[in-house]
Amino acid sequence: MTLAIGDPVPTFCLPAAEGGESGLGEHTPAVVVFTCNHCPYALAWHDRILDVARDTDVPLFLVNPNDGHKYPRDSFAAMKERVEADGGWPAPYLRDEDQAVARAFGARTTPDVFVVAGDGTLAYRGAPDRDHDDPGEHAAWLRGAIGAALAGRPADPAETEPVGCSVKWR
Amino acid sequence: MRVELLFWDGCPSHPRALLELRAAMDALGLDPGTVIVREIDTEDAAGAERFTGSPTIRVDGADVQDVAAAPAALTCRVYHRRDGRVSPVPDPDDLRDALRAAMKEPA
Repeated sequence: MTLAIGDPVPTFCLPAAEGGESGLGEHTPAVVVFTCNHCPYALAWHDRILDVARDTDVPLFLVNPNDGHKYPRDSFAAMKERVEADGGWPAPYLRDEDQAVARAFGARTTPDVFVVAGDGTLAYRGAPDRDHDDPGEHAAWLRGAIGAALAGRPADPAETEPVGCSVKWR
Repeated sequence: MRVELLFWDGCPSHPRALLELRAAMDALGLDPGTVIVREIDTEDAAGAERFTGSPTIRVDGADVQDVAAAPAALTCRVYHRRDGRVSPVPDPDDLRDALRAAMKEPA
Protein backbone atom coordinates (compact mmCIF):
# COMPACT_ATOMS: atom_id res chain seq x y z
CA MET A 1 0.00 0.00 0.00
CA THR A 2 1.18 3.51 -0.77
CA LEU A 3 -0.44 6.68 0.49
CA ALA A 4 -1.61 9.09 -2.17
CA ILE A 5 -1.85 12.84 -1.83
CA GLY A 6 -5.09 13.61 0.01
CA ASP A 7 -5.32 10.21 1.74
CA PRO A 8 -5.81 10.13 5.51
CA VAL A 9 -2.44 9.49 7.17
CA PRO A 10 -2.35 6.70 9.77
CA THR A 11 -1.38 7.62 13.31
CA PHE A 12 1.31 5.64 15.13
CA CYS A 13 3.26 5.44 18.34
CA LEU A 14 6.77 3.94 18.41
CA PRO A 15 9.69 3.57 20.84
CA ALA A 16 12.15 6.45 20.64
CA ALA A 17 15.93 6.23 20.69
CA GLU A 18 15.87 9.08 23.20
CA GLY A 19 13.69 6.98 25.52
CA GLY A 20 9.94 6.59 25.90
CA GLU A 21 7.55 6.58 22.98
CA SER A 22 6.45 9.15 20.47
CA GLY A 23 4.56 9.37 17.23
CA LEU A 24 2.01 10.94 15.01
CA GLY A 25 -1.23 11.61 16.83
CA GLU A 26 -3.82 14.31 16.53
CA HIS A 27 -1.34 17.16 16.25
CA THR A 28 -1.18 18.29 12.66
CA PRO A 29 0.40 19.56 10.46
CA ALA A 30 3.31 17.21 11.02
CA VAL A 31 6.23 15.62 9.18
CA VAL A 32 7.24 11.95 9.04
CA VAL A 33 10.62 11.09 7.54
CA PHE A 34 11.66 7.49 7.04
CA THR A 35 15.41 7.42 7.46
CA CYS A 36 18.24 5.27 8.79
CA ASN A 37 21.83 5.13 10.00
CA HIS A 38 23.61 3.45 7.15
CA CYS A 39 22.40 4.98 3.90
CA PRO A 40 24.58 7.70 2.31
CA TYR A 41 21.51 9.51 0.95
CA ALA A 42 19.90 9.60 4.40
CA LEU A 43 23.18 10.79 5.90
CA ALA A 44 23.70 13.44 3.23
CA TRP A 45 20.24 14.93 3.90
CA HIS A 46 20.30 14.38 7.65
CA ASP A 47 21.57 17.80 8.79
CA ARG A 48 19.17 19.60 6.45
CA ILE A 49 16.22 17.68 7.88
CA LEU A 50 17.29 18.37 11.47
CA ASP A 51 17.59 22.06 10.56
CA VAL A 52 13.95 21.97 9.46
CA ALA A 53 13.02 20.46 12.84
CA ARG A 54 14.87 23.30 14.57
CA ASP A 55 13.31 25.99 12.39
CA THR A 56 9.65 25.03 12.73
CA ASP A 57 7.13 24.29 15.46
CA VAL A 58 5.59 21.59 13.29
CA PRO A 59 6.26 18.17 14.88
CA LEU A 60 8.78 16.11 12.89
CA PHE A 61 9.26 12.38 13.41
CA LEU A 62 12.23 10.39 12.12
CA VAL A 63 11.37 6.71 11.67
CA ASN A 64 13.90 3.95 11.03
CA PRO A 65 12.16 0.87 9.59
CA ASN A 66 15.20 -1.08 8.37
CA ASP A 67 15.81 -4.71 9.31
CA GLY A 68 18.28 -4.39 12.17
CA HIS A 69 19.25 -8.05 11.99
CA LYS A 70 20.58 -7.97 8.45
CA TYR A 71 21.77 -4.38 8.88
CA PRO A 72 23.12 -4.06 12.43
CA ARG A 73 23.99 -0.40 11.89
CA ASP A 74 20.21 0.19 11.88
CA SER A 75 19.45 -1.71 15.08
CA PHE A 76 17.66 0.10 17.90
CA ALA A 77 20.88 -0.04 19.93
CA ALA A 78 22.80 1.62 17.08
CA MET A 79 20.09 4.29 16.77
CA LYS A 80 20.42 5.08 20.48
CA GLU A 81 24.22 5.27 20.22
CA ARG A 82 24.00 7.67 17.29
CA VAL A 83 21.60 10.08 19.00
CA GLU A 84 23.62 9.95 22.20
CA ALA A 85 26.88 10.58 20.33
CA ASP A 86 25.29 13.68 18.78
CA GLY A 87 24.14 14.97 22.17
CA GLY A 88 20.47 14.61 21.23
CA TRP A 89 18.43 15.55 18.17
CA PRO A 90 15.67 18.17 17.75
CA ALA A 91 13.24 15.46 16.60
CA PRO A 92 12.47 11.99 17.98
CA TYR A 93 14.19 9.05 16.24
CA LEU A 94 11.71 6.19 16.28
CA ARG A 95 12.15 2.45 15.83
CA ASP A 96 9.66 0.75 13.49
CA GLU A 97 10.75 -2.75 14.47
CA ASP A 98 7.96 -4.69 12.75
CA GLN A 99 7.96 -2.26 9.79
CA ALA A 100 4.18 -1.82 10.13
CA VAL A 101 4.39 1.98 9.95
CA ALA A 102 6.62 1.92 6.87
CA ARG A 103 4.21 -0.49 5.20
CA ALA A 104 1.18 1.63 6.16
CA PHE A 105 2.81 4.69 4.58
CA GLY A 106 4.23 2.80 1.62
CA ALA A 107 7.73 4.06 2.38
CA ARG A 108 10.18 3.07 -0.35
CA THR A 109 13.50 4.65 0.47
CA THR A 110 15.55 6.29 3.15
CA PRO A 111 14.92 9.12 3.20
CA ASP A 112 11.25 9.25 2.23
CA VAL A 113 9.42 12.37 3.38
CA PHE A 114 5.70 12.66 4.20
CA VAL A 115 4.09 15.98 5.19
CA VAL A 116 0.71 15.76 6.88
CA ALA A 117 -1.74 18.62 6.36
CA GLY A 118 -3.78 20.21 9.12
CA ASP A 119 -6.75 17.98 8.33
CA GLY A 120 -4.67 14.81 8.76
CA THR A 121 -4.32 14.02 5.05
CA LEU A 122 -1.13 13.60 3.05
CA ALA A 123 0.04 16.94 1.64
CA TYR A 124 3.52 16.05 0.33
CA ARG A 125 5.54 12.93 -0.35
CA GLY A 126 9.02 12.59 -1.78
CA ALA A 127 12.56 13.88 -1.39
CA PRO A 128 13.57 16.71 0.98
CA ASP A 129 14.86 18.74 -1.98
CA ARG A 130 16.16 18.28 -5.49
CA ASP A 131 19.78 17.31 -4.69
CA HIS A 132 21.24 15.26 -1.83
CA ASP A 133 24.64 16.53 -2.84
CA ASP A 134 23.85 20.23 -2.42
CA PRO A 135 23.38 21.45 1.18
CA GLY A 136 22.43 24.82 -0.31
CA GLU A 137 19.07 23.34 -1.27
CA HIS A 138 18.08 23.57 2.44
CA ALA A 139 15.38 20.89 2.13
CA ALA A 140 13.40 23.37 0.02
CA TRP A 141 10.61 20.98 -1.01
CA LEU A 142 10.06 19.91 2.59
CA ARG A 143 10.09 23.51 3.84
CA GLY A 144 7.72 24.57 1.08
CA ALA A 145 5.29 21.78 1.91
CA ILE A 146 5.31 22.69 5.61
CA GLY A 147 4.67 26.34 4.76
CA ALA A 148 1.77 25.36 2.51
CA ALA A 149 0.30 23.09 5.17
CA LEU A 150 0.48 25.87 7.74
CA ALA A 151 -1.20 28.25 5.31
CA GLY A 152 -3.90 25.71 4.48
CA ARG A 153 -3.05 25.48 0.79
CA PRO A 154 -1.78 22.59 -1.39
CA ALA A 155 1.95 21.94 -1.55
CA ASP A 156 3.70 22.73 -4.83
CA PRO A 157 5.15 20.32 -5.70
CA ALA A 158 2.93 17.92 -3.79
CA GLU A 159 4.85 14.88 -4.93
CA THR A 160 8.43 14.20 -5.97
CA GLU A 161 10.39 11.02 -6.52
CA PRO A 162 11.87 9.75 -3.25
CA VAL A 163 15.63 9.27 -3.67
CA GLY A 164 17.73 7.02 -1.49
CA CYS A 165 18.47 3.48 -0.42
CA SER A 166 15.63 0.98 -0.56
CA VAL A 167 13.91 0.24 2.75
CA LYS A 168 15.49 -2.96 4.06
CA TRP A 169 12.46 -5.21 4.50
CA ARG A 170 12.59 -8.35 6.60
CA MET B 1 45.15 -1.43 -16.02
CA ARG B 2 42.03 -3.22 -14.73
CA VAL B 3 39.27 -0.85 -13.63
CA GLU B 4 36.20 -2.47 -12.08
CA LEU B 5 32.89 -1.07 -10.85
CA LEU B 6 30.89 -3.46 -8.71
CA PHE B 7 27.29 -2.54 -7.96
CA TRP B 8 24.14 -3.78 -6.25
CA ASP B 9 20.92 -2.89 -8.01
CA GLY B 10 19.12 -2.03 -4.76
CA CYS B 11 21.17 1.15 -4.52
CA PRO B 12 20.67 3.97 -7.05
CA SER B 13 24.25 5.31 -6.90
CA HIS B 14 26.05 3.33 -9.59
CA PRO B 15 24.94 5.14 -12.78
CA ARG B 16 26.41 8.39 -11.48
CA ALA B 17 29.53 6.62 -10.20
CA LEU B 18 30.08 5.00 -13.59
CA LEU B 19 29.61 8.32 -15.34
CA GLU B 20 32.15 10.03 -13.08
CA LEU B 21 34.58 7.12 -13.32
CA ARG B 22 34.46 7.18 -17.10
CA ALA B 23 34.93 10.96 -17.11
CA ALA B 24 38.00 10.62 -14.86
CA MET B 25 39.48 7.97 -17.15
CA ASP B 26 38.82 10.06 -20.23
CA ALA B 27 40.48 13.09 -18.62
CA LEU B 28 43.60 11.01 -17.99
CA GLY B 29 43.75 9.61 -21.50
CA LEU B 30 42.44 6.17 -20.54
CA ASP B 31 39.76 4.36 -22.52
CA PRO B 32 36.47 4.76 -20.58
CA GLY B 33 35.06 1.79 -22.46
CA THR B 34 37.38 -0.60 -20.65
CA VAL B 35 35.61 -0.33 -17.29
CA ILE B 36 34.45 -3.76 -16.16
CA VAL B 37 30.98 -3.43 -14.64
CA ARG B 38 29.76 -6.31 -12.52
CA GLU B 39 26.54 -6.74 -10.55
CA ILE B 40 26.67 -8.24 -7.06
CA ASP B 41 23.25 -9.67 -6.35
CA THR B 42 23.58 -12.15 -3.50
CA GLU B 43 25.00 -12.02 -0.01
CA ASP B 44 27.26 -14.95 -0.89
CA ALA B 45 28.68 -13.00 -3.83
CA ALA B 46 29.15 -9.95 -1.61
CA GLY B 47 31.15 -12.03 0.83
CA ALA B 48 33.24 -13.66 -1.86
CA GLU B 49 34.05 -10.30 -3.45
CA ARG B 50 34.58 -8.47 -0.12
CA PHE B 51 31.88 -6.13 -1.39
CA THR B 52 31.12 -3.60 1.37
CA GLY B 53 28.55 -1.61 -0.54
CA SER B 54 27.44 -0.18 -3.86
CA PRO B 55 29.22 1.18 -5.78
CA THR B 56 32.69 -0.26 -5.18
CA ILE B 57 35.41 0.84 -7.57
CA ARG B 58 38.74 -0.93 -7.79
CA VAL B 59 41.80 -0.07 -9.84
CA ASP B 60 44.09 -3.06 -10.28
CA GLY B 61 42.31 -4.63 -7.32
CA ALA B 62 42.81 -1.66 -4.98
CA ASP B 63 39.74 0.15 -3.64
CA VAL B 64 39.64 3.86 -4.52
CA GLN B 65 38.84 4.71 -0.90
CA ASP B 66 39.78 2.89 2.30
CA VAL B 67 37.05 0.46 3.32
CA ALA B 68 38.10 0.33 6.98
CA ALA B 69 36.54 -2.67 8.72
CA ALA B 70 33.18 -2.56 6.97
CA PRO B 71 31.49 -5.96 6.64
CA ALA B 72 30.49 -7.38 3.26
CA ALA B 73 26.86 -6.48 2.56
CA LEU B 74 24.25 -5.72 -0.07
CA THR B 75 23.87 -2.07 0.79
CA CYS B 76 24.69 1.44 -0.38
CA ARG B 77 28.21 2.49 0.42
CA VAL B 78 29.02 5.67 2.31
CA TYR B 79 31.81 7.82 0.85
CA HIS B 80 33.27 11.04 2.15
CA ARG B 81 34.04 13.95 -0.13
CA ARG B 82 37.27 15.80 0.45
CA ASP B 83 35.30 18.64 2.04
CA GLY B 84 33.88 16.19 4.59
CA ARG B 85 30.41 15.79 3.09
CA VAL B 86 28.83 12.34 3.05
CA SER B 87 28.18 11.08 -0.45
CA PRO B 88 26.90 7.92 -2.13
CA VAL B 89 29.75 8.10 -4.69
CA PRO B 90 33.52 8.66 -4.38
CA ASP B 91 35.03 12.11 -4.71
CA PRO B 92 36.10 12.56 -8.37
CA ASP B 93 39.52 13.66 -7.10
CA ASP B 94 39.89 10.31 -5.33
CA LEU B 95 39.03 8.55 -8.58
CA ARG B 96 41.64 10.53 -10.49
CA ASP B 97 44.29 9.95 -7.80
CA ALA B 98 43.66 6.19 -7.81
CA LEU B 99 43.91 6.06 -11.59
CA ARG B 100 47.05 8.22 -11.64
CA ALA B 101 48.71 6.03 -9.00
CA ALA B 102 48.00 2.91 -11.05
CA MET B 103 49.34 4.58 -14.20
CA LYS B 104 52.67 5.24 -12.46
CA GLU B 105 53.13 1.69 -11.28
CA PRO B 106 55.18 -0.60 -13.53
CA ALA B 107 53.12 -3.22 -15.34
